[in-house]
Amino acid sequence: MKKLQKFALSAVFGVFIGTMAIPATPVVAETPADMLVIANRIDDITTLDPAESFEFAGSDVIRNVYGRLVNFDPLNLDKGYEADLAESWTVSEDGRTITFNIREGVNFHSGNPVTAEDVEFSLRRVVTLAKTPSFILTQFGFTPENITETIVADGNTLKITTDKKYATSFVLNCLTATVGAIVDKKLVMENEKDGDLGNEWLKTNSAGSGAYKVVSWKPSESVTLQSNEDFYLGAPAMKRVIVRHIQESATQRLLLEKGDIDVARNLNPEDVAGVTGKEGISIDSELRGRLMYISLNQNHPELSKPKVVEAIKYLIDYKGMQDSFLNGQYRIHQSFLPKTYLGAIDDQPYTLDVEKAKALLKEAGVENLEVEAGVREAQERVEIAQSLQNTFAQAGIKLNITIGTGKQTLTRYRARDLDVYVGAWGPDYPDPQTNAGTFAYNPDNSEEAKATGLLAWRNAWDPGDLTAKTEAAVIEGDRDVRKKMYEDIQREFQARAPFAIMFQKDEQTGRRSNVKNLNLGGAITAVAYWPVTK
Amino acid sequence: MTVATDPERGRRKSPLSKALLPVLRTVGTIVATMIGLLFVTFIIGRVMPIDPVISVVGERASKEAYEAAYRAMGLDQPVIVQFFYYIGDILQGDFGQSLLNARPVAEDIRRVFPATLELATLGTFIGVLIGVPLGVLAAVRRGSWIDQIARFVALIGYSMPIFWLGLVGLLIFYGILGWVGGPGRVGIFYVDIVPSVTGMILVDSLLDGNWTVLKDAMSHIILPASLLGYYSLAYISRMTRSFMLEQLSSEYVITARVKGLPEWTVIWRHAFRNIKVQLITVIALSYAGLLEGSVLTEIIFAWPGIGSYITTALLSADMNAVLGGTVVVGLVFVCLNVFSDLMYKFFDPRAR
Repeated sequence: MKKLQKFALSAVFGVFIGTMAIPATPVVAETPADMLVIANRIDDITTLDPAESFEFAGSDVIRNVYGRLVNFDPLNLDKGYEADLAESWTVSEDGRTITFNIREGVNFHSGNPVTAEDVEFSLRRVVTLAKTPSFILTQFGFTPENITETIVADGNTLKITTDKKYATSFVLNCLTATVGAIVDKKLVMENEKDGDLGNEWLKTNSAGSGAYKVVSWKPSESVTLQSNEDFYLGAPAMKRVIVRHIQESATQRLLLEKGDIDVARNLNPEDVAGVTGKEGISIDSELRGRLMYISLNQNHPELSKPKVVEAIKYLIDYKGMQDSFLNGQYRIHQSFLPKTYLGAIDDQPYTLDVEKAKALLKEAGVENLEVEAGVREAQERVEIAQSLQNTFAQAGIKLNITIGTGKQTLTRYRARDLDVYVGAWGPDYPDPQTNAGTFAYNPDNSEEAKATGLLAWRNAWDPGDLTAKTEAAVIEGDRDVRKKMYEDIQREFQARAPFAIMFQKDEQTGRRSNVKNLNLGGAITAVAYWPVTK
Repeated sequence: MTVATDPERGRRKSPLSKALLPVLRTVGTIVATMIGLLFVTFIIGRVMPIDPVISVVGERASKEAYEAAYRAMGLDQPVIVQFFYYIGDILQGDFGQSLLNARPVAEDIRRVFPATLELATLGTFIGVLIGVPLGVLAAVRRGSWIDQIARFVALIGYSMPIFWLGLVGLLIFYGILGWVGGPGRVGIFYVDIVPSVTGMILVDSLLDGNWTVLKDAMSHIILPASLLGYYSLAYISRMTRSFMLEQLSSEYVITARVKGLPEWTVIWRHAFRNIKVQLITVIALSYAGLLEGSVLTEIIFAWPGIGSYITTALLSADMNAVLGGTVVVGLVFVCLNVFSDLMYKFFDPRAR
């Protein structure tokens, strides 16, 4: 099917190029001034319950419907989290308890006021329901048994107590995630069925206090949002937001050119090139959280030599790939925190340098190296592997590519069975720990530890003092000091880890030029519609 | 042959059961086919290496929650018992919950099937309306320029990928000329305006008497429907032509011509009447094919029909949705087959 689509797409593109020659000026329609119409692939939405949702399109909806204790300003993501439904907060001496003062005068869409009790209910609910994304909260030691003591509302304040000291910024960053959404306790409990805490009902309904309320969600068809005129930051300019599921890039492009939609979120590079420079259409580029990397198994006698590790980092044609088949989709990025994350750095010490690599390999005394790379059957990864095969060969390393399904490849990777892995990694929550805790952390590298969740373990790599440094960064209370710590960890990682981080995902969006202030959420959060104007 | 030894005589039934018997036989056929279909889908659902429990409770559920759900789903029962549960559920119109969007599959199908039904019906209508006369004409004027054109049109219809035609159609008629509405069933302003009765927007807007919505829906459906119509036209016209050629060379037609009957009467009253039965099978099959949903057309025209529904479900291993969709499509095939059988009997006295 994927192949068929690929083939179809390329054929379609050819046709487009051909037919574009027909001289014509399409009549441009326009969407109403207070309505935002977006084309996007939304067939990944499985639920609109914030305690359960863990997909991109779902987070897009939830970010606009629910308030959180702390949140990112869509117009300034780099500033980090800010007060949202919590007006302010204090941290106890021992760093384990955070007390939030809940903002007064904010109402849910139902008219019920937002109280500390709602916050208590929402966070406890995530822990009790224990759905997939609940680990973002439970990693702080909350369990269904202890929540009555660890998450407690008292008058206008809410106290959360973690099992040990963590960096405040770590806890707060996690509260900006989708699971941190505050739901309307009264309304949700009115719709509870068999003790499900309203899970069934919330899957398709909304009970938030955010800028928009859900009018309807038709799976794989559309999501319609209506503005909340009482939104505490002011009524949004866009009264209605309609997200239509349009699978095809070419179809999205046609609709955008005609002005029947305001934003096209899945234009492929060919269609982006096609609309670039057209009157009334602008292209935005926004970095997202996904990284592309290769890793070297340290159980391999040759690949574990530091000089070989270094040599391989010089045998990657970063720029060549970025400017050819990854053009417009990925940008060079060589550290494990995606840009817009706290502590992200922009250092790019490596470029393709075959001579230097050859010298390093010679120093290491390595000759005629032959290794196997496991690659998932995804177009871009296979292309990356082929590029690597080519550049490795220039230094005398033979790279054998084994293409498998996601499951096959991942199973072997988790069993430390691959020499080289060509992989992608997406952060789980908006805090640097999400990546630091897997790339640079591995307390027990033994075979028996079976820490298959850690990327460092999968490559049989003992990060040495980086493990302790990562642990220290997790509990550092000062946000700026913590930021510095991650910068240091990444530089050390960059120099000696058997990982070559290569690219960060770049998302290109076509929009009608009159649409202003649309932010997709960068690498750390989701789209925000409330600042949008036309 | 004496009356006493007539074997039929002893079995003669009352007129009521005589009328009832064929009906019962038809119902029997449907039931048997459906049980077969259900059995196959059930087996497919059981052999797929997907854990339905995990899909419901999530990957991080506790062992207790997992086992409770396992029992609640009846998976601890013997397979044969599970099969009867499955049939029981389906008889009540319950295909289970979609793993992808947590809604009842039956509800989803009620939403997507009318979209396909609308499109396929209009498409078949166009295909028959143009395809049949074209085929007849091509047969009558065999070898003439009109026959060549008909052949060419059919060839394009057969061989051009439908997504290509769809995109070029969109580009020209929507993008450049602006004659038709764009992708989607109606313009965004008309979404959810008429109450959903049948789920088919053309019918619903008619029922509601809302001409604006009807007009808009028409402008959106006309292009994909013409496309599907063209596709079935290609098939129907070729089949019509070959059926007609066979009839036109038979003796009764020569006789009719010798008798001096007008050509019109010879073609339509004599020859065409005899191909009706065959044509019905062809049309019914082509209609059923369109009712399966044309995935590519649905994707390009952002048409939320059953084809893309099943495909999406398949790609995300949403087995309840796939099986539900398969059962519905199977039912459509069975019903159309029965329908064309009944039509046989109506048009062809020998089949009675």
